[in-house]
Amino acid sequence: MLDMQNIMLTFNEDTPDEKKALQRLNLHMHEGDFVTVIGSNGAGKSTLMNVISGNLIPDAGNVLIDGKEVVHLPEYKRSAYIGRVFQDPMAGTAPSMTIEENLAMAYSRNKKRTLTFGVNKKRRELFVEYLKTLHIGLEDRLTAKVGLLSGGERQALSLLMATFTEPSILLLDEHTAALDPSRAELITNLTKEIVDKFSLTTLMVTHNMQQALDLGNRLIMMDKGQIIFEASGEDKSKLTISDLMAEFQRIRGTQFESDRAVLG
Amino acid sequence: MFLSLFGAVESGMIYAIMALGVYLSFRVLDFPDLTVDGSFVTGAAVGTISIMNGVPPILAIVLAALAGFIAGCITGILHTKGKINPLLSGILMMIALYSINLRIMGQPTLSMLNETTFFIQLQDLWASTGIDTLLNNMLGAIGLDLPSTWSILIVMLIVTLLIKFLTDFYLKTEVGLALRATGDNKRMIRSFSANTDMLIITGLGISNALVALAGGLIAQYGGFADAGMGIGMIIIGLASVIIGEALFGTKSIARTTIAVIFGAIIYRIVVTLALQVGFLEAGDMKLITALLVIIALVAPKTMQAQREKKRRSRKRRELEQQQAEGA
Repeated sequence: MLDMQNIMLTFNEDTPDEKKALQRLNLHMHEGDFVTVIGSNGAGKSTLMNVISGNLIPDAGNVLIDGKEVVHLPEYKRSAYIGRVFQDPMAGTAPSMTIEENLAMAYSRNKKRTLTFGVNKKRRELFVEYLKTLHIGLEDRLTAKVGLLSGGERQALSLLMATFTEPSILLLDEHTAALDPSRAELITNLTKEIVDKFSLTTLMVTHNMQQALDLGNRLIMMDKGQIIFEASGEDKSKLTISDLMAEFQRIRGTQFESDRAVLG
Repeated sequence: MFLSLFGAVESGMIYAIMALGVYLSFRVLDFPDLTVDGSFVTGAAVGTISIMNGVPPILAIVLAALAGFIAGCITGILHTKGKINPLLSGILMMIALYSINLRIMGQPTLSMLNETTFFIQLQDLWASTGIDTLLNNMLGAIGLDLPSTWSILIVMLIVTLLIKFLTDFYLKTEVGLALRATGDNKRMIRSFSANTDMLIITGLGISNALVALAGGLIAQYGGFADAGMGIGMIIIGLASVIIGEALFGTKSIARTTIAVIFGAIIYRIVVTLALQVGFLEAGDMKLITALLVIIALVAPKTMQAQREKKRRSRKRRELEQQQAEGA
């Protein structure tokens, strides 16, 4: 499904600020895999996401989606295969446009955009059906501007918009980090529900270790631009937070440095 | 007095097309596009030179719009591919167009005194309908001066409304939604596989096509094209958009585009009235425009602040009263 081979990416090369963001990183995801990614700040999690989405182009290495080489495709072309939810609830929707218009834009993701109405009666019925699955009453507010919604509602809508066209890969970039605990839980549950329903191949970055353990069938830990630990299936379901901390210490010989990673 | 107001509404209707173009770039794409000052003249120049070379007036207007479209696209390319700041790309294109316009015209001013323009054709056609006599008889009854023809007003009303409805429709299509999202949240619409560079380029193209179309019409309306006729055009466009939005609201796309049209007409009326004041001269127009824009920008905010202040002091009084009753 997703294949990343020998990805290398260095920022500010040959300057004092040189940072090796990704070093010979390999990652293979099977269809239906739900991988959670943890790691301290600067470990390369966001860079990994950006390399997949096409926001960043690696110095060397290859990215394949569905067996197709995409490493040189610009971001907008790649996003036909990739659904994304950002950390910032404001990032995934257009605030001055209505809920149904936002959904219509998401609906055109993998189609050619034409000069026909973006929202029509048939689509509106479809949108209502999808919105009902969120259980937060957005189906009654189709013509409300998205800027009027709360952060949690916007993030739920972003999640729906990123997934209902069933992308080949779903990227979740700390998408619950900016929400209060109860909203974060709502979004986490919705994520589980939606990923199961469409059996989406999903990569989720999180700072919350518990969330990383609860969700998905695989877990990877990153540090200094490499994957340093990986667990899947049975092994993963038995893991605890203290196991992860111990594992990090064993491999790197230092304490896992981010407090946020434990408490978040 | 009535006649000059009549003229203001007439030309306001034409300038409204330009204002719709400015609305597209300034509001929809969130791109302050100064190309307008140049592309307005490009439209006038292309339209005028075409007519002088025997092109039918309607076709000349289409050519004018096409020239504006190309100019807008180039500004878009400068910004998206050349990574030049939006304001600067527009200014560069505006300056470049000044020379290009002079080249198109061959001289700083062209007159169409002896040419048959779109509006002259229109009046000839119109004379046979007898609508003028009918309307003028009605006006004559209430004792006003009579305009020589209603054709320009009525036909321009139809043309401008047609362009408004086309714009409304376009902005609701799949492409139009992506265009609006480009001005609203680029990152988001890119993640839904929209080519934002292409959308900005075509968006600016369409915007400047409308501006040049208005330029072509204004040249035929006035009977001349002049290299300097576009100076300050962007501010006139902005004035129309801002005045319209402030007075008539922005609830929906359809509401906003009609507001922009009214804004353009009101701007013309205000300028006409201002010029009736004894000590103001034609040269003061730009100052009046700048003041108008400032008022339209500041007044709604001040009014809202006033309302908010009143509301708060009312709440405070209520609270004090309740406390006094409780005590």
